[in-house]
Amino acid sequence: MSELLLQLEGVHTHIGQYHILQGVDLAVPKGGITVLLGRNGAGKTTTLRTIMGLWHASRGSVRFAGDDITHSPTPDIACAGIAYVPESMGIFSDLTVRENLFLAARGVKSADQMDEARLEWIFGFFGALKKFWNQPAGTLSGGQKQMVAIARAIVEPRKLLLIDEPTKGLAPAIIQGMIAAFRELKQTETILLVEQNFSFVSALGDTVAVMDGGRIVHSGSMAELTEDRDLQHKLLGLSLDTNQ
Amino acid sequence: MTTISSVAAQDSALPRLRVDLLPLLLVPVLALLMLPLIGSFPTWVTLTVAGLAMGMMVFMMASGLTLIFGLMDVLNFGHGAFVSVGAFTATLVLLPMKGWVEADSILMNLSVVGLAILLAMLVTGILGWAFERIIIRPVYGLHLKQILITMGGMIVAEQLIHVIWGAEQIPLQLPTTFRGAFIIGDAALEKYRLIAVGVGLTVFVTMFLVLNRTKVGLLIRAGVENGEMVEALGYRIRRLFVGVFMAGSALAGLGGVMWGLYKETLTAAIGGEITVLVFIVIIIGGLGSVGGCFIGAMLVALVANYAGFLAPKVALVSDILLMVTVLLWRPQGLYPVAKR
Ligand SMILES: Nc1ncnc2c1ncn2[C@@H]1O[C@H](COP(=O)(O)OP(=O)(O)O)[C@@H](O)[C@H]1O
Ligand SMILES: [Mg+2]
Repeated sequence: MSELLLQLEGVHTHIGQYHILQGVDLAVPKGGITVLLGRNGAGKTTTLRTIMGLWHASRGSVRFAGDDITHSPTPDIACAGIAYVPESMGIFSDLTVRENLFLAARGVKSADQMDEARLEWIFGFFGALKKFWNQPAGTLSGGQKQMVAIARAIVEPRKLLLIDEPTKGLAPAIIQGMIAAFRELKQTETILLVEQNFSFVSALGDTVAVMDGGRIVHSGSMAELTEDRDLQHKLLGLSLDTNQ
Repeated sequence: MTTISSVAAQDSALPRLRVDLLPLLLVPVLALLMLPLIGSFPTWVTLTVAGLAMGMMVFMMASGLTLIFGLMDVLNFGHGAFVSVGAFTATLVLLPMKGWVEADSILMNLSVVGLAILLAMLVTGILGWAFERIIIRPVYGLHLKQILITMGGMIVAEQLIHVIWGAEQIPLQLPTTFRGAFIIGDAALEKYRLIAVGVGLTVFVTMFLVLNRTKVGLLIRAGVENGEMVEALGYRIRRLFVGVFMAGSALAGLGGVMWGLYKETLTAAIGGEITVLVFIVIIIGGLGSVGGCFIGAMLVALVANYAGFLAPKVALVSDILLMVTVLLWRPQGLYPVAKR
């Protein structure tokens, strides 16, 4: 087993009076894609938000790259090297694509100083961004906004990307493109990817964890889960089975 | 690489351009519509310039408030306190240096007013910092408490002004070279009103440049739309907010000095009186939108001036009517700010 980059141990998260996460144990090894599966309302988004410090764990611990970040404020967690692509994408619609990426590039003072080579690398995945570089991000299509959101996460090197349901609401053709992009990205990045679409991630993921009712109910290698149809059926139910 | 660049090809339909110019037309359209109603061209010019001048001053007071709300959802009913404090602080320069005010020299007049403005902005900026720490910070996210405590802060500020400067109204003399008017044809353009327009435009252009061309400005705009995401990108939104609060307070202080000189008398209630107007302006503009605030300020002030001339009886409610009309057209204000 390779070295662990992120580790959640017995994490409980309350939102107001609701007890949402009920002891989450999750380990993300360095490199490749760890997939977090689970039906709607299982607590996947809450898990990512807890890692990001947008909700705080009431019990348990979150360790990242050797440091305890359980109680760190969100900006510190971001600066420690975690990038977040929320389910809602969180793009700044008034700002241009360029300005969205510029704000994500913490290291540069002016938009002209963004690393050209790295931008070209990003345009290699998401050509539309180059085309609409100076358009307000709010005028882009859903798929293009998702590209902006992911591009923001990789505009500078980060240690870990948290990506929440990037294919939600996208057309199948665009999802195919996303798969290609992720396949390339996982060569260099570590990604914790939340997905409902098993067929999308079964080909991509290296490690997998399945959530239900605010807990991790299964974790292991993706290959193992992809081969074991009974386990899939048990964990993910019929709806995902038919997606194959 | 070929498979990857196809992502772009499949999803590269041209996005529709979303330029919303309609609100920009409101000010000229309103002004032109009023011309036949008013009848006399010189009177119309005078009223329009007076309206624009007042609008600029209201904009200075309102622009900070709209960002303060936009960025942290903070309802600051005490914003008017900075207007009062700014105006009264200016007297600390303008009264002792009466000679410079009365001198018939543009240079001396400009220097003394510039100094007064600088001091007023410094004091209100620092006061803003303290106000944010002591009064606003404990009530982040609690609207009802914000309203109550900021109104309380406003009352405290007014009482402190009474303690320091006394309860009498203070005459504030307009510098000699700022008095009088340029006569163009039959129209009289008061010099001070033109100065107010100039200062207001400078503030607007500066804000525009900061918000569009600098990283801090872009972060403020991004924060107004989605503060959580700004934090997730690694920036401390509260630090940004404190900066905006201080700048907004200093601008309100500047507006207070300009407004005090315009009225040529000061009472501690000056800030409270203007608060309602300022809230109408930021609601019309769309909470969080500086551009909307600018247009809103012009509209409110022009309507007040035209109504004062055409139908003094409705002048008092004209701004409320304007607000209702705008909100019927655009319930979120002229430029609704996208919120997550
Ligand atoms: N802001 C919130 N307030 C109250 N309950 C919430 C909130 N956000 C999520 N929940 C609840 O927490 C549970 C887990 O939600 P979430 O983490 O979004 O699930 P998932 O991402 O797996 O679909 C759900 O039952 C949801 O209703
Ligand atoms: Mg979710």
